Formats: sequence, structure tokens, C-alpha cells
Amino acid sequence: MATKKIYLYPLWLRIWHHMNAILMLSLILTGISMQYSNPDYPLIRFDIAVSIHNISGVLLTLSYIYFFVIILFTSIGRYYVMGQGFFKSFLIQARYYILGIFRGEPHPFPVNEQRKFNPIQQISYNIVQHAITPITLITGWAMLYPETIVLNVFGYSGIMLTSLLHVIAGFSISVFLLIHLYFITVGHTVASNLKSMITGYHEIHVDDEEDIKTNSDKKTKH
Amino acid sequence: MIFDFAGKKTGIKYYLIFGILPLLFAAFFSVSADKTENQFDDESLKCLGCHSSPRYEFKDTVTGDVVVRKMHSELQIDPVEYINATHGAFKCTDCHSPDFNIHPHPASTRFEINYNCLDCHGGDDMYASFNFETIEEEFLKSTHASHMGEGFSCWSCHNPHIYKLSDKEIGQLTNRVARNNAACLTCHGDVNNYAVLIEKELPDLLISHDFLPNQSLHFRKVRCLDCHAANNDSILVAHHLLPAEQSVRKCVECHSTNSILMASLYKHQAYERRNKLGFYNGVIMNEAYVIGANRNYYLNVASIVIFIMVIIGIAIHATLRYIHRRNNNGY
Repeated sequence: MATKKIYLYPLWLRIWHHMNAILMLSLILTGISMQYSNPDYPLIRFDIAVSIHNISGVLLTLSYIYFFVIILFTSIGRYYVMGQGFFKSFLIQARYYILGIFRGEPHPFPVNEQRKFNPIQQISYNIVQHAITPITLITGWAMLYPETIVLNVFGYSGIMLTSLLHVIAGFSISVFLLIHLYFITVGHTVASNLKSMITGYHEIHVDDEEDIKTNSDKKTKH
Repeated sequence: MIFDFAGKKTGIKYYLIFGILPLLFAAFFSVSADKTENQFDDESLKCLGCHSSPRYEFKDTVTGDVVVRKMHSELQIDPVEYINATHGAFKCTDCHSPDFNIHPHPASTRFEINYNCLDCHGGDDMYASFNFETIEEEFLKSTHASHMGEGFSCWSCHNPHIYKLSDKEIGQLTNRVARNNAACLTCHGDVNNYAVLIEKELPDLLISHDFLPNQSLHFRKVRCLDCHAANNDSILVAHHLLPAEQSVRKCVECHSTNSILMASLYKHQAYERRNKLGFYNGVIMNEAYVIGANRNYYLNVASIVIFIMVIIGIAIHATLRYIHRRNNNGY
């Protein structure tokens, strides 16, 4: 099988990604430890969990702002744009994950220089990066300075609502992380995606591109 | 003349509507007004003539001159606060010596021994629910009583002229906490008052509590005694003040579903463990939010179900992929 390597994940991006992963993990673990704190079975001692959670939250905010600026002002932002016909592409990708992957069909939207994310990756990264993460960061900062929170919202405590939003958003990120970790294995081989995120090089399988062309030709003939 | 709406004599009905009922209403309201509003008697008003002001005047009995002096802040009484306080119905000489009616006050008044709570409330059936005897026992075990002995009494914390029994009221938690903590800070936040009680340097509360995240929030939302006193189920407010080293320092003692705050700060409202919306210790959330103590039962269940479903989904997907790969490789 003909393959070629492209340098898709530069060092700074890998460092950012892995740092994010470590911070998110530490936030999730310390968050769970605080939310389900129990004197008899402490996961992490409460005060230590609070400190780690606060420090990680501040670092994650800086890391978020850094990458947000990059998305806004560099060509990397194009990977996140969900163009015309997105819904159709999304369904094709979903069909692949539900059926095609078990039949040995080629990836419908393989990685290349122009397209780093498939449609499902695009929408999930957009939701997590541009909706859920900002919610956790804003509510997290609000709880770091609780005097800034509105005391009463329609009869409910503002702090309680902020905290609920924070916990729900944090939980959603932990679910994303779980699926994200599993999808490491859904590359050309089980380890190929992991390898790419370590070395920065992504292996492009020329056959994949040709298979997709053939498949789409077949569909149009029918 | 008897007025008749329908042109007929109504008799008893008429007297009932226009005579007896208004009288009963008037009597009811006059009684309730007497019950709720305390009033100063003439004797007490005379005392307040000097004691409600930062300065007072008296006539020098030798020279006959009128002398103006500064009223010590501890001897100043705020009439509004006093009249609304728990003991606001008393006149000054109910608790103080009648010698105070002499001006200038004679030297004997300087050696007056103040009443303590038990002097009036001890063995009093009317106030049995307060368990004043247990309060006294608990107080005698406290670090205040053991370190300062006779120098420390009920009045050291509970200013009798402003003391108000309000811990049962729901709402305004911040005000209740501030009022409670103000009693502690009278000495623990004031070098001079602290020095009067003990020959020791006043510890800096901000430094000694620097382990608390969001320190100011803790100070505003929790009473000092919630961490610094041992709870006793038979009294409403803990009086067994503990030495610093025995006080609560573990966060999880409050930040967990078995939060000790439910046995102290929220004792009066702690009739429910989980409220209708599924929050543990829901009563806290009327006025605050305590991480770890206010988790939600339904969200807990939903999150566990979602997590398990995701893991099962991943496991099925991975297994199917493995089977496909095995078949393709001809195993």
C-alpha cells in the first residue's frame, strides 16, 4: 500500500494539545474528588484538590486564549469551518462509524493537508472548544471570585446555578474525553493516530483516496 | 334611632356588626400592640439621657460646676437596639443596682456583680427548651472558661443590651453569620479588647486561616463557632468553644453530604436531607452553596447512567471492530 507522510502536527501544537490533556485530566479528577468528597474515602485531599483545580483552571484559560487567538488569526482556523453540505458529510461520517468501519470500508474523509478533521470531529471539537470549555472556564472563574456572581436568579441561588452549569459542562467534557481517547484507535491502524500525535507526522494512504473516488463513482452510476 | 338597611329592625345583628365586633377588634389590636412594642419607663429614659450619648454632664457636688465627660463606648447604649433586643422590655434597674439612680453614681456601683443567664433562667420551666443548664455545662468545658475562669461570663460574648434571639429565623444567613461572628471579633479582632482578657499576642486571623480557599467567602457564610465549637444536640447553639488545635480543619467535614453544617449553622432548618429537586442538604442552598454537600441525586444518577452507556457503547464498537479485523485476517 502506497503511503506518504505529511507533517501535520507541529511541535507547538502537540505541546499545546498534550498540556491541555494533562490539565483537563487534572481538572476532571480533582473536580470529581471535590464534588463527591467523602471523609472516609477521599480520592484527593479536599484542600489539595481545590488548589490543583484552581491552578489547572487558570493554566487552561491561558492555554485556551492562546489557541483561540491562533484559530482566529492563522490558517489553522480553516479546519474548524463547517462548510456547505456539512449535514450530508456528517451523515456519511456517522454511517461510516456505525457500519462502514466494520465492513472495512475506507475512511470517507481521510486526513490530508486541507482537511485535518472529519465532519464528526469538526462538530464535536467546535462544541467542546467553543461552547462547553468556555462555559466551564467562565463559571470556574466566577466561582474563584464568587462575589461577582448574581446572588439570586429567579429565586434560585446564583452560586448554585453557576456551580451546576460548571459541573454539567465539566461532566460533558469528561464524556468527550472518553470518546476522544477511544477514537485514538480508529485510525488506519490501532496505533497510527497515537503515533501521529507523538511524532507530528501523519501517514496518508494513497489507496484510501483512490477507494473513495471509486466508491463515489459507483454510487453515481447506480 | 336604630338604622335598618331593609326598612326592618335588625336588633342583635345590628349591635353585633356596629357594636361588639369593632370593640373586640380594638381590644385585640391593643393587646397585640402591647405585646410587640417595648416602651421605656421614665427611670430608664433618665439613664439613657447620658448612656445613649458619647458625652455626659454632671454637677460637681463640691464646686457646683457642670462638668462634661466622655462616655466610655462600652457604657453607651443604643436605645433602638436595646428596645428591640430580647431583654428590651426590662427597665435598667431590673438588672442593675437602684444605686445607679443616684447622680453621680456612688462608688458602690463600681463593684456591682452582674447577673448571669442562670441567675434568672436556671430551673425556669418557661425557658426549659433552651436548656440553659446544658449551655452552662458546655460553656464551663469551653476554652474560654478554662483559660479565663471568672473573667469570662455570658456577657463577654452576648451583649445584654443588644442581644437578640434570631438564630431560628430562615433567610438573611449572611446577616446572622455577621452578627454571630461580630461577637467573636469583639475580642479576636481587636487588640485592646483581647489584651484586657489575656496577656498574649493577638493572632492574625487572616494568617491563622490562610488554609481556607476563598477565605472571605468562608468568613461571610460560616460562623466561627461552626468550626470552633463542639456541637451538642440538646442545645440550639454550640457553647463548647474548642482550642484552635481541636477545631475543624478538614474541608470534607463541611464539604460532604454528611456536612457538619447541618448540625450547626443549619440546625434549625435541618429537617430534610434531600429536598424535592433532589439536592442533598437542600436547605443550605436557600442562601449558599457548599461544594460536596450540595450534590444533586438526579444529576448523580444521570451522570453515572450516561458514563456507563458511553463505556458500553465504546466496548461494543471496539469488539465489533476486533471481530471484523479477525475475520479479515482469516483467523
